[in-house]
Amino acid sequence: MSATAASMDQPRPGPMDTVRTFGRNNAWTLGLLGFLAVLLVFTKVVNPFYSLGSLSSTATSVLPLALAAVAQAIIVISGGIDLSISAQMALTSCVAATMMKDNPGDGTAVAIVIGVLLLGMLLGAVNGALVVLTKVPDIVVTLATSFVWAGAALLVRPAPGGSAAQWLKDLVVGPAGIDLLPKAAVLLVVIVAVVWIPLSRSRLGLSLYAIGSDPLAAFRSGVPVSRTKFLSYVITGLVAAFAGLSLTASTGIGSPVPEPTYVLISIGAVVLGGVSLAGGIGGVFGPLVAVVVLQLIRDDMTFMRVNPNYGLVAQGFILIGVLMAGSFIQMRRTRA
Amino acid sequence: MTAAADTSGDRAWLRPAAWRNLLRDYPLIPLTVLLVLLVMTVELARPGTVSPNWAAFTVRQAAILAILAACQTLTMLTGGIDLSIGYIASMAGFVTATFVHQPGGWAFGVVVALAASALAGLVSGVGIGIFRVHPLIMTLGMGLIVFGFSNVWQLQSVQTGAGVPAELRTLGTGLTADVIPNDLAVFVPVAVALILLLRRTGYGRMLYAIGDNPVAARLSGVRSWQVLVVLYVLSALLAAVAGLLQSGLSNTASVTLVTPYLLPSVAAAVIGGTSILGGRGGYSGTIVGALILTVLAGFLSIILPEPWRQIVFGSIVVLVAAAYTRATAAG
Amino acid sequence: MTSTTTDLLLEATDVSKTYGAVVALDHASLSVRPGEVHALMGANGAGKSTFVKILTGAVTPDTGRIVVHGQERSSHSPAEARRNGIVSVYQEPAVIPDLDIRDNLRLTQTPLEPFRRWLSELGLEKLNLSTLARRLPLASLRIVDLARALAIEPDVLLLDEITAALPANLSERVLQVVQRQGTDRSVIFISHRLIEVAAVCNRATVLRNGETVGVLDITAGSEDRMVELMLGEVVAGLGQREQSAATPVQGSRQAARVEARQLSDDRRLRDATFDLYPGEVLGVVALEGQGQDELFDILAGAERPASGSLLVDGKPVSFRHPADAIRIGMVYVAADRAEALLMQRSVRENISLPFSARVSTWGWINRGREGRKVDKAVETLQIDARAGAEVRRLSGGNQQKVTIARWVASGVKTMLCFDPTRGIDIRTKNQIYVLLRELAATGAAILLYTSELKEIQLACDRVIVIFGGRVVAEMPAAGADEAALLRAAHNLKQGAELPEEVVAATSVEMAAVQAAIDQASGSASRRA
Repeated sequence: MSATAASMDQPRPGPMDTVRTFGRNNAWTLGLLGFLAVLLVFTKVVNPFYSLGSLSSTATSVLPLALAAVAQAIIVISGGIDLSISAQMALTSCVAATMMKDNPGDGTAVAIVIGVLLLGMLLGAVNGALVVLTKVPDIVVTLATSFVWAGAALLVRPAPGGSAAQWLKDLVVGPAGIDLLPKAAVLLVVIVAVVWIPLSRSRLGLSLYAIGSDPLAAFRSGVPVSRTKFLSYVITGLVAAFAGLSLTASTGIGSPVPEPTYVLISIGAVVLGGVSLAGGIGGVFGPLVAVVVLQLIRDDMTFMRVNPNYGLVAQGFILIGVLMAGSFIQMRRTRA
Repeated sequence: MTAAADTSGDRAWLRPAAWRNLLRDYPLIPLTVLLVLLVMTVELARPGTVSPNWAAFTVRQAAILAILAACQTLTMLTGGIDLSIGYIASMAGFVTATFVHQPGGWAFGVVVALAASALAGLVSGVGIGIFRVHPLIMTLGMGLIVFGFSNVWQLQSVQTGAGVPAELRTLGTGLTADVIPNDLAVFVPVAVALILLLRRTGYGRMLYAIGDNPVAARLSGVRSWQVLVVLYVLSALLAAVAGLLQSGLSNTASVTLVTPYLLPSVAAAVIGGTSILGGRGGYSGTIVGALILTVLAGFLSIILPEPWRQIVFGSIVVLVAAAYTRATAAG
Repeated sequence: MTSTTTDLLLEATDVSKTYGAVVALDHASLSVRPGEVHALMGANGAGKSTFVKILTGAVTPDTGRIVVHGQERSSHSPAEARRNGIVSVYQEPAVIPDLDIRDNLRLTQTPLEPFRRWLSELGLEKLNLSTLARRLPLASLRIVDLARALAIEPDVLLLDEITAALPANLSERVLQVVQRQGTDRSVIFISHRLIEVAAVCNRATVLRNGETVGVLDITAGSEDRMVELMLGEVVAGLGQREQSAATPVQGSRQAARVEARQLSDDRRLRDATFDLYPGEVLGVVALEGQGQDELFDILAGAERPASGSLLVDGKPVSFRHPADAIRIGMVYVAADRAEALLMQRSVRENISLPFSARVSTWGWINRGREGRKVDKAVETLQIDARAGAEVRRLSGGNQQKVTIARWVASGVKTMLCFDPTRGIDIRTKNQIYVLLRELAATGAAILLYTSELKEIQLACDRVIVIFGGRVVAEMPAAGADEAALLRAAHNLKQGAELPEEVVAATSVEMAAVQAAIDQASGSASRRA
């Protein structure tokens, strides 16, 4: 009488079918990848010195933001939003840097990393519990908790400092074996592979999309909506902790003041990466590509000796320009 | 058959429902009580703190926060939010300061600052109202753009130098008759105008209508893009005014001067009873909310170190928001 | 009460639920035997959907107990109901729009092979499971939802208006499948269509005003009894209304207020042509999905027509926004009050909403003048505005009156009413009809779509019938009894034979309604 375990061996659709469906469902990400390719060529043109080595420094500098975007993507897909991500990053980064300074040694560093990841999940759990229990809109709850996390970060580290284990720093700097592969990119892929891929294949992953897409239909499909929402924050907290650790790894210290643009750019990258703010649509790969695109544009402008601050301007214009164009096309289509 | 009156029964006020309704229908009363309690706590904890001077200091700062929170109140009423105001306000103060040693002087600088702010608001309004871009994203992007331009402007004006005009300093820091902060000369008219705008004008009604039910508003003949374009221009102008006051108050001009007040501005509106989902709230609550936050921040800065201050601050915002959510839940 | 009759698969007793002031269910009960197809019947607003939601755990009842397999159910959630073997197919398919069908199946842990089998049995074997749900038409989603429910072999299957919006061939397949359900599975079948109920159901429970008013075995002729139970007082109310409604104005024909010529939206509405005159109430009758929604959207300025022309007072118009229609006096009253009202705002603000819509009216509000206009409208419509600080606290009938008052307050020239009496109580319905007649008497032109055929003769002067996106018939309301309307709505020419089953159904329904009317009015007069 209870639902039997699903037997999922099914006749595979033809290869062309699969390609077509994949293309249709990932059109936005593919387009963004195309844009990234063009941008890389452009980068090489404006800056002949841009080499594969530069690629890895780009990757290192983009890693924390990329992970923040992944964290934001997960929560936005589930129909929420997290304004406290940069504060979570600051707190986890400070805890990691402080504890590694106080307890040197590679072995203890491993334990510290694990502990910090658990801390990230705890922070996410607090966010999630508050959202679910108080029914206050996500944006208000996470706005408020961003103060709490930032305050806690200041408690841990009144001023920037601390240190990071050498192996942690080595994880993110430089190329991995061959020049083409920056370590940071490999690490990013590994983290995404460990967290997101199993998740997106699991029933929990489907449930995240379900509650973001249509909470009522999800409820009627037997999805425990509140529990799933709670878990979405826990997962986001975990990825934010990875992002915090990557900050410590790339800077070697922990800084208690959250970088304000991280939240803003993570939301921007999520939307630019094809995730709908209404929830239920998109993945984490689009936002990842979007982060790299946004970073490269800034870098290019630096190479072109444009005042680097125009980089911010350009990011802003790209963000809203793409969205305006997108909604304009949609309007034309519905009218036609 | 119609909704039964909640007031049936003799001792209705004893029931939690009565308190819920109070918070829902007259949020000003519990908010004011909360403010008074807070002030009393301050005095009890540190006897002698509460003085005319303290009040002037608090009001001066709260007025600026309240103007910034007005941006959030107005936009939140329509179901939106304005995340660009921190950068716009900073830009306005900074741009004005760079004109001090220029031909035209600071007054011309104020005109340029207001025009630039209005332009930023206009672009946001067009994006949100006509292209239907989510307000969160649109104002976020606009904030980045304004911040970027501010930085460019900063580099270009290094040679000319900048300074906060004396007039703004007087407005920001001065006291009339030793107790009345001068910035009230700006704040009181703005506040009265906003309250009347929301309560007594057709435009105010449209803000509530769009936030409550955009479909109903459209079917009733409201062209929401018109309302939204005007709204985001208005919000940007208010932000610019707050930025000018803040630069006068702190006697500094920096492109990030006001950005720390972005999140408190949202918090003040939320504590004041404006729903982030739209259609519910008002400006008088926001003013009290800004006062509460300012008193609280000042108090916490006396009794607690900065980290704890932030932690307590955040917790209180969650608690108050939760209380509102319970009070205004359907049924 | 503690011992449970073991031969019942599901037993719900004493179930009550109120939403604010609205009593949705009042000590209702339902018992389902193993292997039967059990109809749950009731007029609009009788409490059927609330009952379904309670049975499936989506809504927690205020009182009552639900016993499944002899065990009382304690917690209420769809997952719990599912574990108890109760699965529902809702009117709105519980399919996640942004997941493809295969992922939707995984989400609900539905085994694939049985699903495919049921899908092909239901006539949809060609469905590509990698399609995103939001790209599928509603009819296909319904079938997917049903196949998914059947695939996990539930003990009790709840079908809420499963055949609505299904094309005829799919509808037939579904009914066959329902009828064939074996001995160990029960089906709770909810439908407005008596033909279907008579064809596939064994027993029926009838709800009225949230109460269970009867349980009967379905045999030949039990349709009469069902209709009688369902309508009950409703029919008495209708009888009274007939006298109170003003007599139709059949004045000399002036120039038409609205002339619609070949209006089309390229999808459902194909070629709508009709005239609407000042001083008349023109009824519109159509089966579900014949283009009437699109027609009203176009007339109200909410959508633009793909082709065709629209003339108002002789001048061609092209609406780009509802504001354009409102400016020349074409106003729209929607059936869905959630679409029309500012639920958190006051009655006053809701009524005065259109006053400030235009930029030129954004300035200072003259509270006195506004108050007088609002008060007058409140009085005209007899709105009970005691809980008027928030419209969501009003009853459904009062809410609907507010949506009409909004337009009455500023003077109505042309009013487009789309099923304005859906789901509201009989007294309010009556008031709305009287109001429409009065408005017409003052020279307003009123277009009234209604899903209740009886209303045509009560409120209208003339009626047009839409079928397949075209106006297929026009007749004076006096001659538009339900049989005639039903014929026209199925696009059957006058004098042509109705297909047998429709004739049968119609005559059964008509006879039953007539009998019920006679009985009810008889009892009403006895009481008087």
